[in-house]
Amino acid sequence: MNAASKFAGANDRPMVQVIDAHKSFGAFEILKGINLSVNKGQIVAIIGPSGSGKSTLLRSINHLEALNKGEVWVDGIQVNRPLTGHAFEQHINSVRQRMGMVFQHFNLFPHMTVGENVTVGPIKLRKMPAARARDLAMELLGKVGLQDKYDAYPSRLSGGQKQRVAIARALAMEPSVMLFDEATSALDPELVDEVNLVMKQLASEHMTMIIVTHEMRFASEVADRVLFMDGGIVVEEGPPSEIFSNPRMDRTRTFLKKHLAG
Amino acid sequence: MQGLDFSVVSSYLDIIWVGVWWTATITVSASLVSVLGGILLAVAVLHGPSALRYPMRLFSWIFMGTPLLLQLYLIYFGLVQIGIDIPALAAGIIGLGLHFAVYNADILRAGITAVDMGQTEGARTLGFSRLQTLRYVIVPQALLNTAPPIGGNLIALLKESAIVSVIGVTELVHSAQLAISETYRPFEFYVIAAVLYYVLNLALEGILKVIETRVEATR
Repeated sequence: MNAASKFAGANDRPMVQVIDAHKSFGAFEILKGINLSVNKGQIVAIIGPSGSGKSTLLRSINHLEALNKGEVWVDGIQVNRPLTGHAFEQHINSVRQRMGMVFQHFNLFPHMTVGENVTVGPIKLRKMPAARARDLAMELLGKVGLQDKYDAYPSRLSGGQKQRVAIARALAMEPSVMLFDEATSALDPELVDEVNLVMKQLASEHMTMIIVTHEMRFASEVADRVLFMDGGIVVEEGPPSEIFSNPRMDRTRTFLKKHLAG
Repeated sequence: MQGLDFSVVSSYLDIIWVGVWWTATITVSASLVSVLGGILLAVAVLHGPSALRYPMRLFSWIFMGTPLLLQLYLIYFGLVQIGIDIPALAAGIIGLGLHFAVYNADILRAGITAVDMGQTEGARTLGFSRLQTLRYVIVPQALLNTAPPIGGNLIALLKESAIVSVIGVTELVHSAQLAISETYRPFEFYVIAAVLYYVLNLALEGILKVIETRVEATR
């Protein structure tokens, strides 16, 4: 227990906090000083055009991208602590266990069955006995409606099923926050709803979630707060009713006009 | 000129079986050395500290650039001179295993590089370390994807195991030679040896088939 949590109370701190995040790829600055704060149980949707930096921001929370400047805090722990070498490896591996990440292309392990995909984390990282990990996996697969696929290989699943397994795999680590990086962008339109449904269910269970998405309607239905990013900055943020019905900024209006039409 | 008489073989079956046994033993052991060694070499060259990479390259170069026969002589007869006395059987397994480890490492290196970057990200975000990611996610996939060419190497290894006879291991060719030295019937015993190699090869191919079928199940 650190000093801050003793006085402020760990519950008052945001679950996820990004402070003045800067990131460049070569000469191109993709994040130009982003601040983000997500409370426990809150659901934040990040929208914006391609190249706006929204995926980079999400990936930097998990340290898949290292920030050039700024701080990322998750669950009271600084993710990008100024450590090096082995010490940083140990730190990042343990802090990553508090975050579940879901990718556009699922990234399931093709050489493992669905059950193994979900249990490998708990067994190898949380040292959970195999039988208990199996029960946990069954419970989570039941939650995403795929209990009967326990012994199937991912290659036998549809895209929507793969993504639901990927969500179950992330949940098996019992994370404090779930990060979704365009989780439905690679899916056929008719498979999007089954994944969105699972995400809505998570939302109803008060999981803290940060969702990078292209789906404005889903964002408006599920999010407590919407961030509109463009050109590496947060242009506008607020509750979905404000952002979608009454945006203040021109850039937001232009973007939404394009994406809400049709 | 002598007529052919395969009946003579029957009285030398025990020595022939000794040969089959040791050829099988050497093949299985050296195969393990070659696959495990191949994995270590490939991982060291791709992900190892740079202090390790150049020695590994030198090692690869030595084992790829010189004849297996010379390598066996060096390991068995040469190392004794600097005080490393390895029994013939072990020297044969090490020499044969390392020789093919270098070839397997080349294949595996390509196999590891070909595994999608998303696999590493998927594992790392769960909290797996670099090493755990390689062990549980990347290397198994690389092995599955490269099973056919590595299987080909193992079949070559089975046949090349005959060379181990030069350092006095009674594998199949050597056992045939022992029988020939007593009977002066090279044709019969070499033919029998050839047939037995063929049978061993069939067995190995059978095992590789089973592995490939299991790989197919994941696709």
